[in-house]
Amino acid sequence: MNIIVVGCGKVGLTLARQLRQEDHAITIIDVDKDRLEAAVGAMDIQGVLGNGTSHRVLVEAGVEQADLLIAVTDHDEQNMLACLIAKKAAGCQVIARVRNPSYYEDIDFIKGELGLSMVINPEWAAAQDIYRLLQIPSALDVDTFDRSQVNMLRFQIQPESPLDGKNMMAVNSMLGGRMLVCIREREGQIVIPRGSTELRAGDKISVIIPRVEIAAVLHRLKLRQVPIRSVMVAGGGSTTEYLTGLLQRSGVQVKILESNMDRCEVLAERLPKAQVIHGDSTDRQILQEEGLPNAEAFVCATGIDEENIMLALYAARVSGAKVITKISRIDFEEVVEDLNLGSVVYPKNITAENIVRFVRALGNASGNNVETLYQLLDGRVEAMEFVVQPSAAAVTGIKLQELGLKKDLLVCCINRKGKIITPTGQDTLEIGDIVVIVTTAKGIRDLGDIVR
Amino acid sequence: MNLSMIAYIVGCVLEIEAALLLLPAGIGLLHGEQTGWAFLAVAAGAALIGLIVVLRRPKNTSFFAREGLVATALSWLVMSAVGAIPFRITGQIPHYLDALFEMVSGFTTTGASILLELERLDKCMLFWRSFSHWIGGMGVLVFMLAILPLAGSSGQNLYLMRAESPGPTVDKLSPKMRSSAAWLYGIYLGLSLLDFTLLMIGGMTAFDAACLTFGTAGTGGFGVVGSSFAGYSMMCKVVTTIFMLLFGMNFNLYYLLILRRFRDALKMSEIRWYLLVFLFASGTILLNLRGAGILGRDAQPIDAFFSVSSIMTTTGYATVDFDRWPTYSRMILVAIMFSGACAGSTGGGIKISRFMIYFKAVSKELRRMAHPRSVRHLRIDGKRVEDGTMQNTFVYLVVFVAIYAASVLILALDDFDPTTTFTAVAATINNIGPGLGRVGPAGNFSGFSYLSKCVLIFDMLAGRLEIYPLVIFFLPSTWRKQA
Repeated sequence: MNIIVVGCGKVGLTLARQLRQEDHAITIIDVDKDRLEAAVGAMDIQGVLGNGTSHRVLVEAGVEQADLLIAVTDHDEQNMLACLIAKKAAGCQVIARVRNPSYYEDIDFIKGELGLSMVINPEWAAAQDIYRLLQIPSALDVDTFDRSQVNMLRFQIQPESPLDGKNMMAVNSMLGGRMLVCIREREGQIVIPRGSTELRAGDKISVIIPRVEIAAVLHRLKLRQVPIRSVMVAGGGSTTEYLTGLLQRSGVQVKILESNMDRCEVLAERLPKAQVIHGDSTDRQILQEEGLPNAEAFVCATGIDEENIMLALYAARVSGAKVITKISRIDFEEVVEDLNLGSVVYPKNITAENIVRFVRALGNASGNNVETLYQLLDGRVEAMEFVVQPSAAAVTGIKLQELGLKKDLLVCCINRKGKIITPTGQDTLEIGDIVVIVTTAKGIRDLGDIVR
Repeated sequence: MNLSMIAYIVGCVLEIEAALLLLPAGIGLLHGEQTGWAFLAVAAGAALIGLIVVLRRPKNTSFFAREGLVATALSWLVMSAVGAIPFRITGQIPHYLDALFEMVSGFTTTGASILLELERLDKCMLFWRSFSHWIGGMGVLVFMLAILPLAGSSGQNLYLMRAESPGPTVDKLSPKMRSSAAWLYGIYLGLSLLDFTLLMIGGMTAFDAACLTFGTAGTGGFGVVGSSFAGYSMMCKVVTTIFMLLFGMNFNLYYLLILRRFRDALKMSEIRWYLLVFLFASGTILLNLRGAGILGRDAQPIDAFFSVSSIMTTTGYATVDFDRWPTYSRMILVAIMFSGACAGSTGGGIKISRFMIYFKAVSKELRRMAHPRSVRHLRIDGKRVEDGTMQNTFVYLVVFVAIYAASVLILALDDFDPTTTFTAVAATINNIGPGLGRVGPAGNFSGFSYLSKCVLIFDMLAGRLEIYPLVIFFLPSTWRKQA
């Protein structure tokens, strides 16, 4: 597929890399020559120097042959304009990044009028991610599968956990099949578990749990499940603004630390119920004064990644709060993982996941599209949700153990007319089911791809 | 420096060369020539060595500008060294260095020969000589990029393409390297087939038509008979004049035409300059020849057009001995030896696009002297030429002149006349083939000492790879360990 990416920033580059890996032809447009040179030198894509809102530049980038244009410059207005021009000039699919909250309020109107196929808002997505984490504070990550009504939780096994030293069979019988372990991480190694795989304290595991069972399962695992009532947020950017809105709707108290007085004024006006503190969030005195040691949750969402990391490490040291760190820019995911920051949210990855899913669906004719896609653990594992359509006859009606599934691929959950089945080798896929699959195999676009 | 990755690339090149060597082997066996077996033997050897290298696929595939330059230079050296072996082991060219000269001349699309009598060479040898032009014209690494999934989706292979393709700036035609390379080779193959068909219609035998098409397409210039093009029909001469010009044009033009972006294609100023230079040179030579009373007697108008097209695109075919033309005509021919063809073509020389930059930079500088505060950007086709590109272009000229001067000095030790010495270097470093004097269309390079031949081999490679890869390759600091 021919894809044009307008804007060579962090999101643009992440997108270009991911989509190129899926073997699409990528042309990237930017006004900065040096950034463009670096991008073209690092991956097999074409660069076009110029303003992506200019028709001439878009034509030079081949918009007439393009299937999709993704506008992710720093300016919402430019993104929308680039999409509008591409849509009118070439009729291709267009995706714009719109992140200014005042535009985003009317996003459905804008989307319809401009003919956007999709709108991405990394800040909004990050806020939703953080919100979910605050609801289940014992989890390191929470990913939701809305169609099948299950969540994927990732957490670390503590020394006194009932899971320590058990193998999969024992875990299953202990929890009565209400939870399925689908990934085990140990010392940087990723394993898609089988029946005999053993768990140990210190391992990080990702599990699929039906939403209605979450509380019960967490109780059995002796994990904390008290909902958080108050949250302290460092940094008052767009993510914070979205997050505060979400939290206040469910009655959580929010305290925001922001160093820019003008921004404080804006926040105070838009979020009247939140407590806005004007002060530098890296100042220990202020953190103490505002009660960090007794905070229930602390979200590090300033505009500077290094500052967020420092704050998270400090907060973990002085308090028992649930700490969530937002990392927007820096690229050392494995180092960040080693720091044991707890929950980390990467807005650019969330955005890329959505677009990769969209592009896979666009390129897939048979209709068994990926409904939801998560790229986990630095992209080494993918978790996907499918609806089984009649065209997937090749994989329906056959017992899973006889299907010849790909290696390192696990069918984690089947939602059959609202009833959630944790599948065993005896189960089958049927038309109308919603299934969740976890795999280390790359490039699965269609449900038919799960068999060897 | 990632040596294992460089070795891997050279191994791939060996595999490709082994496959290409099967073609002359087949031609030899078809004509019942025993020498065909030599190609088969060398192909087998190259395939084996290549396989040993390629099977050890490097773990560290990181690959940057420096590796790209070195890998390109090394690939071309190895390719020529291997390609020369059949000439030596069959005894058709007794000395290995002579064989290497002939082969480098082939791959670099120069067409300078040390052979006295072409007619004594076997058909398969003639074929391999000409076929090497076709391979070298577009470049073997570009071919490799078209067929091998090298380094997957990373951008590293752009460095290889930049090192091998001519011109001050090199960019991909389409977003994917592989399809860009495939497009280039597709256009190349299509034009070659058209040329071949027209030459056949013009009355050539299939063998001659194939060999001369290879020479035209790669802008090489090896003939199949001693008299080069003189003995062929009028139609063949006209067709070849036109196709030499076509292969000397920037291949972006054809890509734009295929995409039906006619307006952009028409706007390519390099093509316009190129055609203007062609018309000016052939026009003045025609007038000069008429004034000297040669036109109509010893030379026809087509000969003037043919010679200009042949020299300017750095092909080097000849229909007449232009060394006997008046001085003015000969000087024009020497001048267009240096201007060369367009960037992004198969031709050599300094390239029209570089001269456009020189010309515009000089006029900008002169204007700045009159108006010291004027701010002005240098533009080509409406696009700004970056300062880095401009610097690089000027440095290119300096290094070019330096290598040229040093080569002339070494060649002077052979004590030939100045015209021969000067144009021998010009004809090799610009990848043309024939010069003037003893190396003119009627002469050849066999008279030079082996030292001079080595220098000319270096010049031919430097000219084809546009100097930098080869210079970087021989620079000691490239090989020093760095943190």
